[in-house]
This record gives sequence, C-alpha cells and structure tokens, in this order.
Amino acid sequence: MNDTLSNILHIDLSRKRFWTEDRNELFNEMIGGSGVAINLLEQECPKGIDPLAPENPIILAVGPLTGLYPIASKTVAMFKSPLTGNLGESHCGGRSAVAIRFAGYGAIIIKGASETPVYLSIHGDKVRFRDASVIWNMANSYTVGRILREKESGSGIRSIMRIGRAGENQVSYASVVTETYRHFGRLGLGAVFGSKQLKALVISGKKNIPVSDMKGYRETYKEIFKLLSTAEMRKYHELGTSMNIIPLNKLGALPAKNLQTSKFENAEAISGETFEKNFLGRRVSCAHCPVACIHLAALREAYESEPYFYKTEMISYDYELIYALGSMLGITSPQALLKLMDEVEILGLDAMSTGVALAWATEAQQKEIITTKETNGLKLKWNDEESYSKAINYIAAQVNEFYKTLGKGVTYASSKYGGKEFALAFGGNEMPGYHTGPATHLGFLIGSRHSHLDGAGYSIDQKALAKNSKPSATEIIDKLIEEEAWRQILSSLVICFFARGIYKPELISKAFKPIGKEFTEEQLKTIGLRILKQKYRFKKREGFSLKNLEIPERIFQTETPSGKLSKEIFNEGLKIAELKLTSI
Amino acid sequence: MKRLSVVDVNLCVGCQCCMMACNRRFGEGGIAESAIQIKSIGGVERGFIVMVCRACKDPPCMKVCPTNALTKRPGGGVILNHSKCIGCKRCAETCIIDAISWDESVEKPVICVHCGYCTDYCEYDVIKMEEVK
Repeated sequence: MNDTLSNILHIDLSRKRFWTEDRNELFNEMIGGSGVAINLLEQECPKGIDPLAPENPIILAVGPLTGLYPIASKTVAMFKSPLTGNLGESHCGGRSAVAIRFAGYGAIIIKGASETPVYLSIHGDKVRFRDASVIWNMANSYTVGRILREKESGSGIRSIMRIGRAGENQVSYASVVTETYRHFGRLGLGAVFGSKQLKALVISGKKNIPVSDMKGYRETYKEIFKLLSTAEMRKYHELGTSMNIIPLNKLGALPAKNLQTSKFENAEAISGETFEKNFLGRRVSCAHCPVACIHLAALREAYESEPYFYKTEMISYDYELIYALGSMLGITSPQALLKLMDEVEILGLDAMSTGVALAWATEAQQKEIITTKETNGLKLKWNDEESYSKAINYIAAQVNEFYKTLGKGVTYASSKYGGKEFALAFGGNEMPGYHTGPATHLGFLIGSRHSHLDGAGYSIDQKALAKNSKPSATEIIDKLIEEEAWRQILSSLVICFFARGIYKPELISKAFKPIGKEFTEEQLKTIGLRILKQKYRFKKREGFSLKNLEIPERIFQTETPSGKLSKEIFNEGLKIAELKLTSI
Repeated sequence: MKRLSVVDVNLCVGCQCCMMACNRRFGEGGIAESAIQIKSIGGVERGFIVMVCRACKDPPCMKVCPTNALTKRPGGGVILNHSKCIGCKRCAETCIIDAISWDESVEKPVICVHCGYCTDYCEYDVIKMEEVK
C-alpha cells in the first residue's frame, strides 16, 4: 500500500463536487502542514479577494509524521484572514490531524460557497454534502457536536469541526471548534466557514501508513515516546499552561485591564494553582499525544428557577484564556472567568481577540468615546462578569452597528470610534498575554501570524531578564526570525510547539528514515526559511508592509519587567526586520 | 499466563497511544489493525471507554465460529487461525463488549493476543498485564 499523504481532497461547495489530486512533488519538497499549505494558498487564493468571498480557499494540511509518531497531531489551516485581511494561519489539535491522515489525505482544499447551510461528512473515500439547515443558528456549539456525534459514524476516530453563531454571523475572529475543547482559534477561520455556509466538517478513516523499516520505526518511536515523558513535557500535563499566571504576574508581565497595568492584584484567584485545587475535573489529550495538556474545569451551577437542580459544565482553560477573559477584564472570581470561557466556547469565538476587544471597549466607555447608546445599554466596567457575558453574546449576534464594528477587531473599531492608542492589536491581530519586554512586541509585529507563537519573543525577553542583559534590536530580530523559520519545519511536520525541545533537527531526520525519506538538518533549515519567505511573499502580495505597521501607544506607557519600552528599539527593529525578511 | 487488564478507565486521557502501539506491533503505522480501541463515552469531557478482549475463560466468540478458526488461548481468550477464518463476523457480533475489531482490508477479525506491548505505551497506567490463576 502507498502512503496517501500526497492525496489532496478538493471540495467545491458551490457545485457540490469533490475530487482528489496527487501532489507528491509538493509534499516531497515542502514536507506537509505549513509548507504545503502556503504553496496551496498562493495557488488557490486569488490576489486581493474579499476574505469572505466564495473564492477564499480553506486549506487544511497535515504532515508525514502524523499518525506515525506521537505529538505530530496538529492540523494547519490556511486562508485569507477576515480579521487582518491578510495571511490567515491557525493550528488545531484534537483528533483533527490524525483523522485527516487516516482518512487518506495530506490536505483538504475547500472552495466556493453553498447556497444553503451544509456540513461535510468525510469517511475515507466517501464524501457527502449534507444539509445543515436544522443545526444552523443553533444557540450552543456543544449541542451541534452532540447531534453530529449521534448522526455520524467513526466514533473514537473522527474529528468534528464546527462553528458557532459567531462563525455563522461572520464575526472576524470567530473560531472553529473541534472535539469541543480544541480550536482553530485565531484569525477568523470560523467566519470563513460561515461565509461558505459550512457549518461543520466530520472526518474519519482507518488507512494504515506504510513503513519501510518496521524495526527501525519501532525503535525510534520508543525513543521519542520516552523523551515525551520527561519533566520538560510533564509540566504541560500537571498545571498546564496556566502555571504561567503567577510567575508572569510576579515579573510584572501579565497584561491586566487593557494593559493599563502589567500586574494584576487578583492573579492568585485566577491562577493555574487555584483552578487545579478547586475546579480541575479531567485532563484529556489530543489523539496520538501522551502529554494530555487539555485541562477541563468542572463548574457546578445551580438553576435559579428550580431548587435542588444543578448542572456541571466542563470548561477548558489555558493561560491565554485566563489572560484575555480574566486579567484583561479585571475578573477576580474563577467561577465568573469559567463562565466567560464557556460563553466564548458556546458561541465559537476566539477567546483572545474577544477578551482584548472587550478590554478596549471597557476603556473606550470609561473615556466616553462610546456610550450606552453604542453598547446596547451596557455599562462595561472591570470585573463586571454579567455585562461581559452579555457583550460576548452581542458580538456573536452582531446586534447593532457598534457590535458589528467590534466584531471586526479592535484595529477596525478604533479606526471608527477612536482610542487607537489603547487598541491592543498588532498587524490587525489582538495581543497575546505577554508584556515581557521589547522582543515579545517586536515578535507580534513581525511574526507572519502576528502571534506569540511565531518567534516566541516572550522567551527571548525572559531569558534576557534572567541574564540581566539588554539585547540589541539586531539580536532580537535575528533570534525572532531564526526561531520563526525553524518553527515552519515543526508546523510543516505538524508537531505541537510544546514538543519543540524534543523534536530537534537530528531527531526529525532520524524519524524520517524508517519511512524511507531523508532530510538533513541543513535541508530542513533551508526549507524552513523558504516557507517563511513564501509567507511574506503572500503577505506582501496582499498589501502587508512592515513600514506602515501601527504600534499601540499603550505598550510604551505601561512598565515591562525591564522598565518602559523605548521607541527607538522598535523603529530600529522594524527597519532591520524589513531588510532581513526581504533578503532571506 | 498473563492477560491484559483494564485497571482504571478513569485514568484514561484518550491519547490512543495504545491503539497505535498495537497496530505498530503487528502491522504498519495507523489504527486499522489495532485490537484495542479507545473512544469517548460521548464527548471527551465525560471520559473514555477501553474496548479490548478481557480473556474470557469460556469465550463466546469461539463457540460461534463455524470453522473452528478460534481456539482457546491458555490464560483466557482465543487464538485466531487466519487460514481457517471465512470473515463471517459472527465472533465480533457475539462479543457484547465489542472487543473484536474488524480489519476491513482483509475482512478478518482483529483479536488481542495479550502480548502487553500496548501497556508500555500507556503513560497513565490504565492498562496492565495481570497474572491469571
């Protein structure tokens, strides 16, 4: 049997047709995941299109090691982002990657738009377009998952990707939810699904992957598996990413109240430790990953109308959600925070963009840039869980002009109402939870996804702090680009970034051998740079320039652990990045 | 003799590394030929089910096999003789815990041989090998 990785499934939602295409050369050259997806995006996405137009392709790609080795379990989605109007890339775990791989595909391209709500049912070679009218406009994304679980086969091995109301209403930062607790969160894939009237995608399969050297494969597998049970990985299983709340707050790097401050007085109450002690109900894993970093809190709630009646919700929490919906909004109660997280999950929004948007709106209302006329009667203020819960629903439902505007992100909202200086977005994408120093913000600015995960600037800042050193703009930019280029290899192999310390170049080369593929460390690094360069080529094609990037004034006003940021390092850094990124 | 035993299903995180291990031990990379299956109870938040042969002393699957392709394994469970099997699926239908998987590529059952290879790849001690008296 041949490896089916190079099979690409094309789906045309307008004509309800599908076909497969073999792109062996593309997978051989660009590996998979991000590398393959950026090539397909360049080919499939016409220049200058509206991200919500039928022509915008949704590309989902997995990698050669998916299903073969542990933790190569991410699916890379690429599309033109409705939030930034530029490169959209989002990674998701759950069962998504393994299911796509075992269904017999390396990538899926979805184009066109359906005239009526539809969901895709893909089980191996069988692809069906199914009427989704009944589940369209359903209030709760959990319910949609439950219904599809009953309706579809493949229990245990399938992935169910779906959107909520936010995606249906094309909120620019709507997410796609998979297996209830994992997401294509950032940059608005949910809105692209919604624009195509694509409610969900169910996929499963049982195709084996041929291995030329079984003995070598088993040995290498064993070695990798062992490395994944070391302390370096266990931290993600124990407290999980929320372990960072207390140390980052101590450092003075945890953005709070729209980054009016970088220390949150109630951090302890919403810390990983608090959640573990009082709420942690279960930890689960993505398919083919022994780490199990997904932390689910059990929240018991009484029904007000019905005595002795309770429900227990399981709610997924992580560092970024605690930051965006917690400290950024001044939320001091862990229960209140969990409810906001749940609301975001139910409606299918990106938690980070939603939190930052609400933080901006709160400050805008404080400063009387907007009034209750805009907010639909709400008086947004820090720690006011009830108002925030309503506002989240107003965004998803797009109830009035203001929420329609806010649903396009803070860059857009502030261009209309004012308050740019405290609109915390970089390249159009709302800020992640790190105010660690210059590298993190330079990373948000120059990263191809404007994400903390692109070049991990927060790590550069923290290492510098530990060594009491002040890296120059050149040093920071070099490190960011080097890291982002290498991460292109990880995301082409769709290895979770949590395992970046395990899957070093040497180990990756070794993992390839039993499947008859050879990549040297040098080759991998060259391909990584090439992918990054291609992403920038796409970004430029769509009008991106490092020269006209806006930097919110707020980041210069609020202390970082190394003091206030200097503008010079940003001016210099962006100039250097411009030179380097055009010359790589 | 030993048999594979499910110790505490509440410890299961649903990573499915046991499934991949079983497939790797006997076949290629994947899950199609795995004799152990993990699925959620209905949403991962509610936990998981481990579906695997529990080594019956008096195996119902064996009794319904029309070609005697299944014989008693010392220590419980059965041994499959592939050449005798006609792929009628009666064994799989008879097992009420759905512990017999089906290999669609050859239309034959996949039945746990209690080798214990999967237990080395369960990080959470959900499954272990147990001595049978």
